[in-house]
Order: sequence, then structure tokens, then C-alpha cells
Amino acid sequence: MSEAKVDRRDFLSSGGRFLLLTSAAAAAYEHVLAGAPEKAPNYKTTEHWWAMTIDIDRCIGCGNCVRACKTENDVPIESSFFRTWVERYHVEGTEMERPEVDSPNGGYDGFREKYKAGEGSKDFFVPKLCNHCAHSPCVQVCPVGATFVSPDGVVLADKAYCVGCRYCVLACPYGCRYIDPRTETVDKCSLCYHRITRGLLPACAEVCPVNARIFGDRNDPASPVSVALKEKRVRAMKTALGTRPRVFYTGLEGEVD
Amino acid sequence: MRHLIKDKEHLFRMAALFVAGIFVFVILRVVMVPKGFGTLGHYRPGALEDNAKKTPVFAGKPACLECHTDMVEKQKGSKHAAINCEACHGAQGVHAADPEKKPIRPDPKAVCLVCHTANVAKPKGFPQIDPKTHMEGGPCNECHAPHHPEKGPEKPAVQEAKK
Repeated sequence: MSEAKVDRRDFLSSGGRFLLLTSAAAAAYEHVLAGAPEKAPNYKTTEHWWAMTIDIDRCIGCGNCVRACKTENDVPIESSFFRTWVERYHVEGTEMERPEVDSPNGGYDGFREKYKAGEGSKDFFVPKLCNHCAHSPCVQVCPVGATFVSPDGVVLADKAYCVGCRYCVLACPYGCRYIDPRTETVDKCSLCYHRITRGLLPACAEVCPVNARIFGDRNDPASPVSVALKEKRVRAMKTALGTRPRVFYTGLEGEVD
Repeated sequence: MRHLIKDKEHLFRMAALFVAGIFVFVILRVVMVPKGFGTLGHYRPGALEDNAKKTPVFAGKPACLECHTDMVEKQKGSKHAAINCEACHGAQGVHAADPEKKPIRPDPKAVCLVCHTANVAKPKGFPQIDPKTHMEGGPCNECHAPHHPEKGPEKPAVQEAKK
């Protein structure tokens, strides 16, 4: 029965290993439990459900939103970095399938007149931003969990944890993400999360002179966005992809998708 | 069965390797996984605060109206009443935090044309002008009060005094 014999050395080493393992596991478990975040005062993420509606029939393409967004969120000034931008659509006659689209510097400097009036064309501006999808492709592809849908319905990027792999930039069907060249991490519209948690409007909605961007809390039936969603015929972009966007458009043409 | 027991040394070595592997994994996990990761979802809950902690650059209309209480009355009944202050006056977070830091007065020639320059793509009902033909793009506030454009000039007394 020499096999069953346990000498002191064996006992101590295996016992020691066991103790180390359990203490490490306990430490890890405690670490996981301790992570409940500190909430901003008076703001509860679970009480809100943010959304935006954009009224295309109102947008005048002034570019206030683009400029305010860059100022508010410290977006690089170069013309390839935008959290929000404005596009101009030009449809000649009934050529619905082939609109001419341009967005000089994202609409940052406004739009110079390019087409003539009275030529039977249909022209309009479409402001674009992150659609804050409930079922977001960018969140699904992130390998490290650096982008996520917050409990209050905003798709946020974790710049401190992002590894800059650019996978989400490719995954977003709306082209709403960019890599910040200064940090080599992703950046995107956060619906001005630092503003909405303080009870302010996102910068783009704050400066919109024609109230084309209506922002609010869908949990509050009296909020402007709830009223707009109840009263107007809205639709979101690229719904066929199943992304379930939370930015809704009124007066959105089919060719904009 | 007998040879298994005979060669149990190998099994112990394997078991020891596994235990060491698990141990290393647990240690690495403790060190590398951020605090609280996974408590709200597959992300770091601290990212919510990271996103929320930035100081707003635009103060927001409620902050403006704390001091500029006369503006509501001034804009009453105007098409411009619904426009928030910073749409024309620019980001005023610094001024709102410290009223001593005075903002720059917007140039009436430039700020009006941001919206009111004619463009085919603008909604048809929106008031638009061609700055080349309409008063040669002159200072708009000589005829239109910026805060209440349906009225005449805002401060005729002041403008008279300047002349």
C-alpha cells in the first residue's frame, strides 16, 4: 500500500496549492463583485431611455450642429472626423434611385449653393449621427467589450479600454465611427452623454435653430421625443439590417438609406 | 488498473500542471480584467462615468435664462423665440461658469447669413435672402431685431447714438 502513503512534503505542497488557489479565487470573486459604478448625483441610468427624432423637412443645412458637436466633444477639426454631419441630397426629376449626395466638410462650413431653383429637382438636407442601435453591430464585434449599449439606451465607447482594432468602424452600417488620431482609439456620438446626464440637451439639439433635432426621454410620455414619436410618421434608417436604431427620421426618403 | 496505479506519478504531474495553469489564469484574470467588468453587461461600468464626467462647453438655455431673464419677454411671439441662445451666441459654458468672462458679440452680418442665405435645398417656407442683392449683405440688425425679427431694429436709440 505504498501508493496511498502521503508524506509530509506532498501534503504541504498540495495543501499549500489548494490554499493559494482558494484565496486567489476569493480575491477574483471579490474583484468582480466590487465593481458597481458610482452614479452621477440624481441620475439613474435605469430611469431613462434616450432617443432622437430628426425632421428632414425642417433642416436648413446651416451646419450649426456639426460645429457645435466638434466644439463640445473635442472632435478633430479635419474633414474626416465627425460625430454628426449633414448631407445634401439632389434628386433630378424622378431619378429617385440615383440621388446626388454631397457633404462638403460634413456641412461644417454650411452648404454653398450648387443647384439652381426651378429645375424640377428635389433637394433636401439629412443630418446624420450614430443611430444608437438597440441591436448594434459595432457592439457585437468589439473583441474587448469597449463599446456597449448603456442601460439608458446610448451606444457608448470606452476610450480607456479600446484597443483600436477598428473592427467596429468597419461594422457600423451607418459610418458613424472614427479612430481618433491622437489616441488611436475609437470615438463616436455619445448623444453628449455628459450633457444628458446633467439634464441638458445634446449640443447638436441645443444649437439647432429650426428644432429639426428633437431629443428626449422615451420613458417620459410628455418629453418632446415621445410626443413626436406618437404624433408623426417616423422611420429609422436601414431597418432591414435588424439593428433597431433609436434615431428616427420624419420625412425620410427611401433613397437616403 | 494496476499499471495505472503503478504510473500514477504521471497523473500527479499532469494534475499539478493543470492546477498551476488554473492558478496562473486566475491571477492574470484578477490583474487584467478591469474593476467591475461584467456587472452591467459585457463592458466596464466605469466607462459610463468616463463618458459622463466631461464638462459641458455649451451651457444650455436654462443657464442663460438664470441671469438674462429679460430675454424671454423680448423674444415673446417671435419666430426666433424657440431658438436657444447658443445657436447664435456660440458656446457660453465659460461665461456661464464665470460671468466676468464676457462673450464676444456675434457679428450680425455673419451670424444671420448662417441660416438665411438662400439655398435650393432649404425648406420652401424658410425665409431666405441672397446676400448679394438683399441690402448687399449689410448689417441685418439695422432693419431686423435679431431677437425679434418681426419687429424693427432692436435698439434704435443705441444705433442713433453711434452715428
